[in-house]
Amino acid sequence: MEVAVSIITGLMILGALYAIHAKDLLSSVIACGIVGYSLVICFLLLKAPDLAIVQIVVDTITLIIMVAVVLDSSREELFLKPDTQGYVTTLTGVFLLAIFLYFFVISVQSLDILGKGSLRMAEQYINGAAQKTGSANLVTGVVFDFRGYDTMGEAVVLVTAVLGVLTILRIKGKK
Amino acid sequence: MKGMTLIVKKTTQLMAGIVFMYGIYVIVHGHLTPGGGFAGGVIIAGSLILVTLAFGSDFLKLVKEEAGTTLIESFATLMFILIAVSGFFFGTRIFFNNFLPKGVVGHLISAGVLPLYNIFVGTEVAASIFIIFLSLIIFKEESAQ
Repeated sequence: MEVAVSIITGLMILGALYAIHAKDLLSSVIACGIVGYSLVICFLLLKAPDLAIVQIVVDTITLIIMVAVVLDSSREELFLKPDTQGYVTTLTGVFLLAIFLYFFVISVQSLDILGKGSLRMAEQYINGAAQKTGSANLVTGVVFDFRGYDTMGEAVVLVTAVLGVLTILRIKGKK
Repeated sequence: MKGMTLIVKKTTQLMAGIVFMYGIYVIVHGHLTPGGGFAGGVIIAGSLILVTLAFGSDFLKLVKEEAGTTLIESFATLMFILIAVSGFFFGTRIFFNNFLPKGVVGHLISAGVLPLYNIFVGTEVAASIFIIFLSLIIFKEESAQ
């Protein structure tokens, strides 16, 4: 399973790199689709069907909206020649990446193997959660019962996002 | 935005209802099977977007749809918070208290208030994503006039 996840993750990285550098914006959007749908397969392999359902539907809708946007505006990418500031930005990025990689390698050695072992808090959630919440699906039990405030925050964030879209995108004022 | 061809319209008439029903199924069975409010809400929004794309704004009055959807979204969010607060008045004095009887684990009507949370979150998510899609079309048409 780890080999399959590694291969799919490599594919996602390739897709993301192609999406940045593609000349045609439509193929760039479709390369973003590679990232999204590979993530769905990763979720399924890691036994998270709840996330996989959300990801596959959200990715499809996002792809539809992005394709509509690209077809309405221009398909050509505005090519910018790299200048001095661009080189400085790239160098800073590479430097920061090296630092992060160093600390990542150090910190990853103290972690558990993926999927093995659970935290003390997680054990409290897992043991007898069906009797405590009455829900056969543990994810729903955690999302709406143990972590109710988180879910309320997510719902309010969605409402705020919609308010932002309606406020910023409106061109003519409301009568 | 113009609608699509007759073939697309007929296929949409056949498919959109089934997709909508599947979304409702995922929401209602959220406490039994994988899925829940967020997943089902996005599926319902997908079926509504399908209808909008196929029939276009010459068939549907999009501004009217947007006004109704905004109302539904605000109502669903309000109901979610009301249920959370109403846990304060029954039994233990905490928010998000599961005050309804829990029933048998695995039955459709069980788990107290969790199915209600699922239903309202699903409604809210469906309305939010549909509003974002509608507003993109409406504002573009307004600016083109």
